[in-house]
Amino acid sequence: MASRRRDGEGGVDVSESPALADVVAVACAEAWRGDGEIFASGMGVMQMLGARLARATFEPDLMVSDGEAFFVAGDLPIGGTNKTVEGWIPFRSVFDTLTGGRRHVMMGASQIDKYGNSNIANIGPWAKPKAQLLGVRGGPGNTVNNATSFFIPKHQPSVFVPVVDMVSGVGYDRARKIGGFIAKRHDLRRVVTNLAVLDFATPDNSMRLVSVHPGVHVSDVVANTGFELTIPAEVPISRAPVAEEMDAIGRIDPRGLRHREMPS
Amino acid sequence: MSQMRSKVITDDEAIATIESAMTIGIGGWGSRRKPMSLVRALLRSKVTDLTIVSYGGPDVGLLCAAGKVRRLVYGFVSLDSIALEPHFRAARQAGTIAEPVEYDEGMLQWGLYAGSLRLPFLPTRAGLGSGVMDVNPSLRTVRSPYADGEELLAVPAIRLDAAFVHMNRADARGNAQYLGPDPYFDDLFLGACEPGRRFVSAEKIIATEDLLTEGTFHTLRINRSMVDGVIHAPNGAHFTTCEPDYGRDEAFQKAYVDAARDADSWKAFSDRFLSGDENSYQTAVSSWRADVGTAKGAST
Repeated sequence: MASRRRDGEGGVDVSESPALADVVAVACAEAWRGDGEIFASGMGVMQMLGARLARATFEPDLMVSDGEAFFVAGDLPIGGTNKTVEGWIPFRSVFDTLTGGRRHVMMGASQIDKYGNSNIANIGPWAKPKAQLLGVRGGPGNTVNNATSFFIPKHQPSVFVPVVDMVSGVGYDRARKIGGFIAKRHDLRRVVTNLAVLDFATPDNSMRLVSVHPGVHVSDVVANTGFELTIPAEVPISRAPVAEEMDAIGRIDPRGLRHREMPS
Repeated sequence: MSQMRSKVITDDEAIATIESAMTIGIGGWGSRRKPMSLVRALLRSKVTDLTIVSYGGPDVGLLCAAGKVRRLVYGFVSLDSIALEPHFRAARQAGTIAEPVEYDEGMLQWGLYAGSLRLPFLPTRAGLGSGVMDVNPSLRTVRSPYADGEELLAVPAIRLDAAFVHMNRADARGNAQYLGPDPYFDDLFLGACEPGRRFVSAEKIIATEDLLTEGTFHTLRINRSMVDGVIHAPNGAHFTTCEPDYGRDEAFQKAYVDAARDADSWKAFSDRFLSGDENSYQTAVSSWRADVGTAKGAST
């Protein structure tokens, strides 16, 4: 087995279990597998790392942005400025691209429910929130127009809730109620957390446990989820990065920002 | 030969045309290329009960802190490198924005675009099924008259009484140029505004014949028919970005956020930076920067 170098930690070789941040990076990257030549958009460090990792390894046709207004070629490090621009993607083109469906975004969520209704807007009643967060941002448009996945750094019952306080991202139950184009194209792919990978591949598109990260028990996931999950008889362990992926992770995140986002 | 008409005015002359209860659109995005000198001038004015339409950043935060916002049309309010805007949060949590109108980001673009095209609405899927429909009960849907028959959200046109945008360059007649990576939706804010109070502040006012030495023709998105007043505002977007002239003043933005933690520190911040005119502001920022530099030097 190839030894794995954990960048940002003095280049120490560790050949035992992979760092959580690296497992999560791969789990995020896997969200874009099979997407082809579309805009892989990541909102946040882990999401951006995932998109760039997927492009650097198994999904080479993906388009990724610098997080500002340009599509970049090559393995641009997160926060890097020495970029090879391959296209222009100002906000209005982002809106055009997502409305045209040629995008798969991985967002964050402060709350998410069983059907993938998500919330980044506010906690508590909208009229006078206990905590005002960002606002709905592009969540409503994203979730009815292009594929959407989520990265949630802390899997806990206050995030995985029975009912979200504000629906900033549309879940399967609401999409189905609308019917037509939206119900047909609605596409929430996966939810990656510090504990597990989840998706909506069940008959009623309610959330399902896909894999648990190394060292995590299914019971940990259940205890930290505030609604009932579909749990298959056999739950695999989220896969470790292969050597090629570790090399790419090192190029994309040489400063080891992922370990700050996702400490082991 | 007829004289070329100059539209160059001051921030305060622009703000003198604003009345209470007007609807003002503010260009830029989050903490990026915001017309902050105009916002600061608005803070100094007596107008109140405003409706603000914005891809919100510190413009919204400052106006909320000053109690000037009755109605706010927004998709988000963020400082980008600092995710949450403290004054906007405080205002929402205290319930002091009488009428928040929360839209999807794309809906906001559509509303402004409809306004600028003089259409009553534009159809979209963005918003359908989301909480936006729950918290904006006046939103209506429209059915496609074609074979698909799809029901779509009809985003109502947004019309503005005044629009503020900040650009890198402008000539005296109002042809204006962005040199940074993103035009944002500044052209739509100007388009959605009634003629009379469409204001462009710019880092530099240059001769018309120099526009294309500054950037390619692609950068000339705003022409003089869209503009009523041009304001020379060097560092006018501070502390937000104004690429390539300058980036965000991250240290100052952090100081702004830190100052919002309680009433005393906010008063001290306001007294130091916001109690005088734009020149005093810029001078106060320079002296703050010198102080911070000194403090850093002393601590190492």
